Amino acid sequence: MTAPRDKLGRPVVVVTGMGIMTSLGAGKADNWSKLVAGESGIRTITRFPIDGLKTTMAGTVDFVSVDPFSSTALSERMAEIVTEEALEQAGIGAKGDFPGPLFLAVAPVEVEWPQRCELGRAVGKQDINYDDLLRISGGGKYSAYHHRFMFGSVATHLAEAFGTKGSPISLSTACASGATSIQLGVEAIRRGETDAALCVATDATVNPEALVRFSLLSALSTQNNPPQAASRPFSKNRDGFVMAEGAGALVLESYEAATARGAKILGVIAGCGELTDSFHRTRSSPDGKPIIGCMKKTLADAGMEPGQIDHINAHGTATPENDKMEFNTTSAVFGELAQKIPVTSNKSMVGHTISAAGAVEAIFSLLTLEHQRIPPTINYDNPDPTILFDVVGNKARDARVAAVMSNSFGFGGQNASLILTREPA
Amino acid sequence: MTENSATKPGQTEVWITGIGLATSLGEGLDANWAALEERRINVDEKGFAPYVVHPLMPVSFDSQIPKKGDQRQMEAWQRIGTYAAGLALDSAGIKGNKDILAKIDMVVAAGGGERDLNVDSGVLTAEARGANAPGFLNERLMSDLRPTLFLAQLSNLLAGNIAIVHGLGGTSRTFMGEEVAGADAARIALARIASGESDIALVGGSHNGERKDLLVLYEFGDFNLRDKFAPVWARKDHAGFALGSAGAFLVLESRAHAEARGAKPFAKLTSVVADLARRKQPGDMAATLELLWSKLPKREGKGAIISGATGAEPATSEERSFLKAHADFPVRATGTMFGHTMETQFPLGIALAALSISRGALFPPNDSTGTEIEMQGAPTQIVVVGAGHWRGEGMALVEAVS
Repeated sequence: MTAPRDKLGRPVVVVTGMGIMTSLGAGKADNWSKLVAGESGIRTITRFPIDGLKTTMAGTVDFVSVDPFSSTALSERMAEIVTEEALEQAGIGAKGDFPGPLFLAVAPVEVEWPQRCELGRAVGKQDINYDDLLRISGGGKYSAYHHRFMFGSVATHLAEAFGTKGSPISLSTACASGATSIQLGVEAIRRGETDAALCVATDATVNPEALVRFSLLSALSTQNNPPQAASRPFSKNRDGFVMAEGAGALVLESYEAATARGAKILGVIAGCGELTDSFHRTRSSPDGKPIIGCMKKTLADAGMEPGQIDHINAHGTATPENDKMEFNTTSAVFGELAQKIPVTSNKSMVGHTISAAGAVEAIFSLLTLEHQRIPPTINYDNPDPTILFDVVGNKARDARVAAVMSNSFGFGGQNASLILTREPA
Repeated sequence: MTENSATKPGQTEVWITGIGLATSLGEGLDANWAALEERRINVDEKGFAPYVVHPLMPVSFDSQIPKKGDQRQMEAWQRIGTYAAGLALDSAGIKGNKDILAKIDMVVAAGGGERDLNVDSGVLTAEARGANAPGFLNERLMSDLRPTLFLAQLSNLLAGNIAIVHGLGGTSRTFMGEEVAGADAARIALARIASGESDIALVGGSHNGERKDLLVLYEFGDFNLRDKFAPVWARKDHAGFALGSAGAFLVLESRAHAEARGAKPFAKLTSVVADLARRKQPGDMAATLELLWSKLPKREGKGAIISGATGAEPATSEERSFLKAHADFPVRATGTMFGHTMETQFPLGIALAALSISRGALFPPNDSTGTEIEMQGAPTQIVVVGAGHWRGEGMALVEAVS
């Protein structure tokens, strides 16, 4: 038998392991059962005081604890847990010896307020500036904070814990980061550099400053009560996204390597595409051309026609602009099919897991392929009449799904799409 | 196994056809080259005393970022990078070339997180004076943070700003992770062009070393050079790095694509390799550098090494022991002349390697320890070494185009 190649002669890339964590819970089984039941993971924030905030809810992961707490430490722990789940399912390599590189989507890292306040208290005077902080930062007392707040720290930890090979890549393409991590893995396998890649995405940035930053950009929903109803993709009364935490890990392998070792194939990454929008820092080009180009590039990469896509796992943030733009651009690519293909937004339930979203939603798309059941878009009581998607509203839907497109769009003009299928084309 | 993106037989040759530099020594290739030839170093021992930094030589941002509104949306690290990226596009002769810019792939190595020091100091001072209401921090941040500051802090917004200001419409990926992110950016861009996934790419990074928030971060690990400047190799008993401000961008291009548009190469980028040494035992890092060295294609020409050694320990001593095994190669440490520019140091090293090859000479040594020796004649092969102050090792081979 010849090595299975795709239509462009490249190695077919398959998924053999997945791990996931969201505000709904840990693991595929728990997440999937809650997702198809239409449960929301969005709740009022209890991790820190919410006084003075316009948005007081989020999809936090409160069932994992790290000490001392920092968003970076939590994102690292979450990444570790989902990677363990993915590796156990894949059964690849040996413990602490993964036979390929790591591509990690992770939020940008910086010193956080608890640590900054700790320094401030150590200064021991009433007027504090950065010179005071500098005077007390050295001498080894805070050396752990150097390691913690290196941009590469999470990837370094994962690479050492799981024995991935080579230089681990930490990447950020904003809200498209998770999709980019998968794309980098796919490309490395297609180029023949490796037979396997570990693609991980994690985000645990529900902290006061991150919330305030998005709030000041008017990006967040302020429909705080009840929190479960805040995220309203494709609804007329949507008013922004809901920040959330989550992590996803995928073991990618060439079809040839996976079948040679008798691994169970969970799905195929049939196509990836990305295209930059140079219009504005936070807004899409009004003509939607970059997003349209991104979807078309992804279809071309998969060697597929729009008619072969059975379901769209939308970016669907529930910001007024995104959802409208997503419908318009999808219509430009899919024509009338845009109103017939079932569309859903997982963010209605798990919120927007930012850097992790692309991977989290790719995993939900693969679970949709496995179960032949599309999870609902909840809070869909008041459809936006200008968005004519066939939204899988409020109740899960059984459907024959052989190919899913998953879209991710982010600040900085980042657009990325994936096409996932059950079997090699 | 190390990640290896060496050009393989049958794969396309990748040329460096554009270089953009804005550094503490000046802007543009001629100014930087002249400073290197004259062994000029721009170091500030007073402004951030006791810490030593290499400040950016002032540039007129208007010439590459014409809209003031764009400049206001960025913090210094992004302005430096957007500026240097524009210089690289100019250097490659593709500035404003819509057909090429619409497809160019971008891989940027970035940090980010530039703080508003006044906001931070204000919060800490208020807390020290007894502010402790539950929503105190929230209220201060809601009222004091500029809404656009977030965008000036986000790592991927360096690439975003480059795309907006210079009209780039291909792909855009941002790698983080300190020094080795610069090596990985070059490695992935090279691999994509060599394999035919991409024709042309803009690769690089930028860094603002004149930041007290960054000094605090590195002071946690006692990494900052204090009091007095010394060449990188002469810091053994006075270890540390002096942060530097710089933007360094490269245009990488397949030979066929460059020839079709009549572009001339500075040099070719033959190979980039990177790894993560565990650095648990003395010798671990030197062994990884030796391994990377062995992964590079065989060197048969007149060679040299451009090192991104930081001056921090124990990494610099490990690198010195690796270099001792290759003492016949003249070495230059960019950290001495430019300071430590973190994510930017590796692209800067590639840029200087390509420049040296194209100008037919390695720039002179600048060292009091004898580690750097004179080189006679024109270099045809230069190995760029980038070992992180804490983690991550990268290496590249830059060669003359035959």
